[in-house]
Amino acid sequence: MGLKVEVKKTIGDFSLDVRFQSEASRIGILGASGCGKSMTLRCIAGIESPDAGVIEVNETILCDSDRGIHLRPQKRNIGYLFQNYALFPAMTVAKNIEMGLKGTKQEKARRVGEMIRTFQLEGLEGRLPGELSGGQQQRVALARIMAYEPDVILLDEPFSALDMFLKDHLQQEMMEMLSDYRGIVILVSHSRDEIYRFSEELVVMEQGRVVTAGRTRDIFADPKKKEAARLTGCKNFSGIRRLDAHHLEALDWGIELELEREIPEDITCVGFRAHAFLPVWKERRKNCIRVSLAGSAELPFEKIFYLRPEGDTDCQAEEDRLQEVCRDKDILSKGYMQDTKPSQKICWILQKDKWQMLEENGMPDFLQFQEEQLLLLT
Amino acid sequence: MKVVWEIFNELDWSPLWISLKTGVVATVISFFLGIFAAKRVMRAPARKKAFIDGLLTLPMVLPPTVAGFFLLLLFSRRRPLGIFLYENLDIKVVQTWLGCVIAATVIAFPLMYRNARGAFEQIDVNLIYAGRTLGMSEMQIFWKVVVPAARPGIASGTILTFARALGEYGATSMLAGNIPGKTGTISQKIAMVIQDGDYLTAGIWVAIVIFIAFAVIVFMNLAAGRKMKNVKRW
Repeated sequence: MGLKVEVKKTIGDFSLDVRFQSEASRIGILGASGCGKSMTLRCIAGIESPDAGVIEVNETILCDSDRGIHLRPQKRNIGYLFQNYALFPAMTVAKNIEMGLKGTKQEKARRVGEMIRTFQLEGLEGRLPGELSGGQQQRVALARIMAYEPDVILLDEPFSALDMFLKDHLQQEMMEMLSDYRGIVILVSHSRDEIYRFSEELVVMEQGRVVTAGRTRDIFADPKKKEAARLTGCKNFSGIRRLDAHHLEALDWGIELELEREIPEDITCVGFRAHAFLPVWKERRKNCIRVSLAGSAELPFEKIFYLRPEGDTDCQAEEDRLQEVCRDKDILSKGYMQDTKPSQKICWILQKDKWQMLEENGMPDFLQFQEEQLLLLT
Repeated sequence: MKVVWEIFNELDWSPLWISLKTGVVATVISFFLGIFAAKRVMRAPARKKAFIDGLLTLPMVLPPTVAGFFLLLLFSRRRPLGIFLYENLDIKVVQTWLGCVIAATVIAFPLMYRNARGAFEQIDVNLIYAGRTLGMSEMQIFWKVVVPAARPGIASGTILTFARALGEYGATSMLAGNIPGKTGTISQKIAMVIQDGDYLTAGIWVAIVIFIAFAVIVFMNLAAGRKMKNVKRW
């Protein structure tokens, strides 16, 4: 078991330079749209060829530019699940599944029958893909891939075009269908939930580069890099000045934080997840920040508060001025505001079952940064 | 009315058979050549593509007599190719039925080629990638995936090609001439009898040609339509 990927490719202004290695059988690649994660998959499948690089699966070399090896996709024994499934529209379900198979007519027919049963497609053999539901199409696409027993299965954002309910359902179904599969599966996605649910090991990508790689749970617990923290869902960041081994000043939050653990010298930034704050009333405690409410949004099961940090009057004035400018130029939009002042507000998310606290005590005066939840980032 | 019936009964049906034969053969040739050319041109680099595409489409936009002029220049038995074909293979093009076919093919071919290319370029490229990762050969992918997925475009190309080939006049009359029973197509027959002032006979042929063209197109539409259920209406 093992995967080695080193890919360099330049397309116009965009340059991809990805290298990672993994022994895991369930690998996730997390990154924003356009970061090059799909291109990486395409290179592994052989649909695109890298300008330079090495791709190895279980010690088999699929591509090695130095040695002039570049196996055609037909020879790689890799299954690629496209976002739109890419089922052949003019072929029946059974014909679609048969396309990847080699051997005599009887062998093919037997294998197709097996897959139809395994993927619960009985009765749909003669249908065309256009006549199937989204879930059925996904099952056909996966059956078509599993039929020829590939060494690697690549999942290219398979759920991103689906609505929430269907997404959850299909993710679960996909996990079950893949549970017996012994090969390597790589899932590419911009959704941290999907990745967390699915992968043992994780590669985080940003603008064509690998930001970090490792065990999924470790990266979510301690992302180490700011970009990795952002992609794993951390919403609050602040630049820092390191005061000594146990003290730092969070510049964007305007407070000083005291840590039990030692602060490494190369830390440039701290992050704090929106769920992790502890509300504090009346008396200030260690590592607390005084906040005032700037806005809030209610979701079905949680509430999001946007809070202004203390001593932020400058920021306030600046924001008012900015709003005015925006209004003048008629470009007042949420995106613009967020982009301009990302560090300004603190985001706090409170689960529904804890709303009671606020009803009894009112808005908290302080939010506490608990040390074990504070992410030290570079 | 009686007069029309008399003329109809004594009608020489040869122009009908010559036109139909020419139309069918020219359509079959254009079908394969058009698909082949479409596939090749689609893959060519942009500049080369623009140039070759222009060349292949030219017969459609030029007056058919211009195409006829070039065809004569090529196949005349006083020209190298004409001499070669006649002396080595005993093939005569000028003033023969073969001339009819060649003229109709050259004129109608661009319709097939352009429609096929348009259809190929619309195809979801992931289908082709999927075929490759599934281990299908490029030939298999082309005939089993691409062509069926491009069926609406290919079908309309075929219909238009047949209709155009059936009615071809200008280039045909120059290359193949109007030899009754040999190269005399319906179009040429109509032109000829009108010159004689025989509007009744001309009218009968006009009716026949309209009937055939309409029937064929409706039939092909229906045949293609059954497989085109997935095309969205809007």
